[in-house]
Amino acid sequence: MSTLSTSSEQSLASVVIVDYGLGNLRSVTRGLERADADVEITDDPAAFADADGVVLPGVGAFREGVENADPLREDLLEVAERGTPLFGICLGMQMLLTTSEEGENDGESAVQGLDLIPGTNVRFAEGQKVPHMGWNELDVQRDHPLVEGVDGQYAYFVHSYYAVPDDENAAVAMTDYEREFPSIVANEDGNVFGTQFHPEKSGETGLQILRNFVEICSRE
Amino acid sequence: MLTKRIIPCIDVDLDEDGNPAVYTGVNFEDLKYTGDPVEMAKAYNESGADEFVFLDITASAEGRETMLDVVERVADEVFIPLTVGGGIRTTDDIKETLRAGADKVSITTGALERPELINEGATAFGNQCIVISVDARRRFDGEGEHYVEIDGESCWFECTKKGGREGTGIDVLEWAQEAERRGAGELFVNSIDKDGTKDGYDLPLTKAVCETVDTPVIASSGCGGPEDMYDVFTEAGADAGLAASIFHFDEYSIEETKEYLDERDVPVRL
Repeated sequence: MSTLSTSSEQSLASVVIVDYGLGNLRSVTRGLERADADVEITDDPAAFADADGVVLPGVGAFREGVENADPLREDLLEVAERGTPLFGICLGMQMLLTTSEEGENDGESAVQGLDLIPGTNVRFAEGQKVPHMGWNELDVQRDHPLVEGVDGQYAYFVHSYYAVPDDENAAVAMTDYEREFPSIVANEDGNVFGTQFHPEKSGETGLQILRNFVEICSRE
Repeated sequence: MLTKRIIPCIDVDLDEDGNPAVYTGVNFEDLKYTGDPVEMAKAYNESGADEFVFLDITASAEGRETMLDVVERVADEVFIPLTVGGGIRTTDDIKETLRAGADKVSITTGALERPELINEGATAFGNQCIVISVDARRRFDGEGEHYVEIDGESCWFECTKKGGREGTGIDVLEWAQEAERRGAGELFVNSIDKDGTKDGYDLPLTKAVCETVDTPVIASSGCGGPEDMYDVFTEAGADAGLAASIFHFDEYSIEETKEYLDERDVPVRL
């Protein structure tokens, strides 16, 4: 299953969106195309090797996400290992961490994330409205090419769990929803990163982040 | 800080040639053509809409096809969340709608008739994309389960079907709790009593739902201007305010509405 779009003549980078069977991939595809990327939606790991960047999208539950993406686990780890930019969005970002409280909820054994950014995903407190749904502010904590020009802007969130990386420095941006939580995380090398919010649904701010991502991909 | 969302609702119908069209009526009468849904969405996006709700009001196979096409075209150009409702009854309907570019589906009758649909949809696609919509009607008899006082009278809210034409006997607050338990990620609260009146949202209804569930609540029906949005956010505790005609007829722009709210310390995305 593979669709190639070559809408842009002077594309800056080739980006693969990992298709592991979930949700709306249309918006992220169009958003990346707007940012002058050549986009391929695929579950074929051979395509990962040739790409300038890989996007791990995702909506839905942690367990289903991890299980659906499991056949691609080694290939995704190789992407990170090679130094290729790997961008997780929402559930895709949570899957970059080690584990999640969500997977344990139903009494089954814990499911393992990719462990590229060590840490766990925890649920918002009892009594808080969940999901955290809507537009909230990005408070950039440190430099990373992904966040160029978006400090203080609003992004669209929909989630009930949030990332708690073991290394505090992994938090590139924080957001306040009755508590401060990391809304953008990145690994030490800087090539593995993710946003808890949906850049493809965050209007102009989100498009800026997608442009930053394509710029990162074009540099590698 | 999480902002309050302003959501224009676009009811998609078919014109004589089978093309998508938006009509707006007052009290379900005097339907007026107000535009092409895709063009409207683009204009609202420019003026600061936080999200869109598209409702297929044809409830026909042709309507469904047209709606998916509208969603695809909007999703290709507008990068904010889209909720799509009307005639969704199966997990395949949900999947098809999400694949077209919707982020959430709004379900009314499909869930009342088969509540398991909520569980199935939430498990397969995540609870964030399952919006349960209720068409509530005030009832002043003793047949409900939860009562609030309105003008000195004891009132309960009944879930209706078919735009209020058919009662179900189900108490809205009971249903809201059940929907949340089954995995609904958001509740969309319409009022049959207020629909089209422009004299304000049903505040007691919205407040009662907000106090009953932890999921976000979109208030709908009755918005006549920015001051009604203010009331539903500050008095009833809604997370989002939906309006149709005041925006369609340019009585108030979304920008103006947000400025009004911002001046009164309601957090909005400007």
